[in-house]
Amino acid sequence: MKIVSCKDITIGYDNQPVFSHLSFDIEEGDYISVLGENGSGKSTLIKTLLGLTKPLSGNISLLEGLTHETIGYLPQQTTAQRDFPASVEEIVMSGFLGQKGWKPFYTKKERLTAAAHMEELSIDSLAKKNYRNLSGGQQQKVLLARALCAAKKLLILDEPVTGLDPAAQTELYQMINHLNQCHNMTIVMISHDITSAIRYSSKILHLGTDEYFYGSQKEYLSSKLYQNWKGVM
Amino acid sequence: MFSSLIEMFSYPFLVRAFIIGALVSLCCALLGVSLVLKGFSMIGDGLSHVSFGALAVAMALNVTPLAFALPVVIFAAFCLLKIKDTSKIKGDAGIALVSSSALAIGLIAASLTTGLNSDVYSYMFGSILSMKKGDVTISVILSILVLFLFFFCYHKIFAITFDESFAQATGLFVSFFNMMIAFLSAVTIVLGMRMMGAMLISSLILFPCLIARQIFQNFYGVTLCAGVVSLVSFFIGMFLSYELDTPVSASIVVVNLILLLIAMGVQKVRNA
Repeated sequence: MKIVSCKDITIGYDNQPVFSHLSFDIEEGDYISVLGENGSGKSTLIKTLLGLTKPLSGNISLLEGLTHETIGYLPQQTTAQRDFPASVEEIVMSGFLGQKGWKPFYTKKERLTAAAHMEELSIDSLAKKNYRNLSGGQQQKVLLARALCAAKKLLILDEPVTGLDPAAQTELYQMINHLNQCHNMTIVMISHDITSAIRYSSKILHLGTDEYFYGSQKEYLSSKLYQNWKGVM
Repeated sequence: MFSSLIEMFSYPFLVRAFIIGALVSLCCALLGVSLVLKGFSMIGDGLSHVSFGALAVAMALNVTPLAFALPVVIFAAFCLLKIKDTSKIKGDAGIALVSSSALAIGLIAASLTTGLNSDVYSYMFGSILSMKKGDVTISVILSILVLFLFFFCYHKIFAITFDESFAQATGLFVSFFNMMIAFLSAVTIVLGMRMMGAMLISSLILFPCLIARQIFQNFYGVTLCAGVVSLVSFFIGMFLSYELDTPVSASIVVVNLILLLIAMGVQKVRNA
C-alpha cells in the first residue's frame, strides 16, 4: 500500500535546486535507507518529506491518512541538547504535541502510550532520569521513543547511529529493525553506513551527483552507483 | 527586621517598586529559562542596551520614553532572533554589535541634548524612583500574559526549547512561539531596565535559570525553581538595599550571585 508518492520533484531551498527530477513511492512496511555524499540533498529531501520546505517543482502526496504531523522524526542531536535539563519522560511525551493542536495538557491515554513505547525500547526504567546523564545510545532511544509517540506509520530518522559506539549502533539498528518487522512501521533512514544499510533495509535510495538509484536492496548491489562506491573503497 | 519591613511598605513608591520589580523578575526568570536553555543567553543583554539607546534618544527628542522604546526594542528582539537563524554575522557577534552600537547612539543622543544627567545614569544602573504609576498596569498585564503562556503552552515551550527541528516537524508553530517569547522579553526588559539598569537587567534572565539548573534535573523543576528563585532574590535584594542603602539593582544581582554559588556548592557536595 502506497503511503507517500513523490512525482518528479525538484528539491532545494531559497530557489536553489539541490536535486532535480526525483520520483519514488514509499510503501507501507518499507525500510528505506537514503544514501549519498554530504550535500547530495539527503537532508533537504527529509525536510521536504516532513513538509518543512516545499519542493521547488513536482508533487508529493501523502496517502492513506498520513499527514506531516503523524510522521515520526528523529533529527540529529544538537550540542545544546546533550546537556539539557529534561527528564526522559518529558522528552518522550513531547512527541504527542503535534497531534494535540491547542489542547494544553497530556491525557492519561497519552501517558500510557508513552510508557508502552518506553518499555518497547527498554528505557522504561529511565523515565524519571535526567537526559544529560544518559549515554549516547540511551539518548537516541529516548528520541526514538518520542518519534514513536508522534508516528502513526512512518518514521524518518536522520543518521541515528552517528557518534555511537559499535555495540550501541548494533542495538539501535536491531531496535529499528524490530519496529519495522513486528510493528509494520515504515522506516526512512538517512545513513552514512552503506554496509548496515544493505544488511537491514529492504530498499535503497541513493542520491548521486545527477543520477539516483531507487529500488530493492538486491537490485542496488548490481547498480552503477553501488559499483562506483565499491570501486572507491 | 519586621519593623523595617513595615516601614518600607509605608512608602507608596516602594510598594510600587515592589510590585513591578517582583512581576518583572518573575517574567524575566520564566522567559529566561527558554532563552538560556536555547542558547540565547546574550539576547537579554543586547535588548537592554537597545532599550537604553532608545530611551536616551526618546529623551533627546522629548517624546514619551516608553512609547518610543517599546516598538524599537520589540523590533530589535525579532531581528536578534533572526541573526541567530540566518547569519552572515554569527549570533554572539551580532548581539555584541547591536549592544555597543545602541549604547553609543544613546550616549551621543544624550550628550548632544540634555547632557549625561541623572536620568541617563539611572537608565544605566537603574533607579527605584523611576517607576511610574502607569508601569504598574503594564507590568501586571505583562506578567498575566507570560504566566498564561507558560501555563497553557508549557509543554509546547518545552518541546520548542529542547528541539526546534522536531517541534517544527510535528507541526508546532515554532516561529509563533519564538516571536511571542521575543516580544514578551522585549516588553519585560524595557519595563525592568529602568529599575535594574541597562547594565544589570540581563542578570534577571540568566541567574534564576542557572541557579535552578544546579538543583533540578528536569524542565518542570527548573522552570518552577527559576520562578521562585527570582522572587526570593528580588525580595532579599530589595530589603538589603533598603537596610544598607545600596543600589537596588546591584543588591539583587549580588544576592543572585550568592545563591548561585551556594547552589553550585551544594551540587558539588551532592556529586562527591
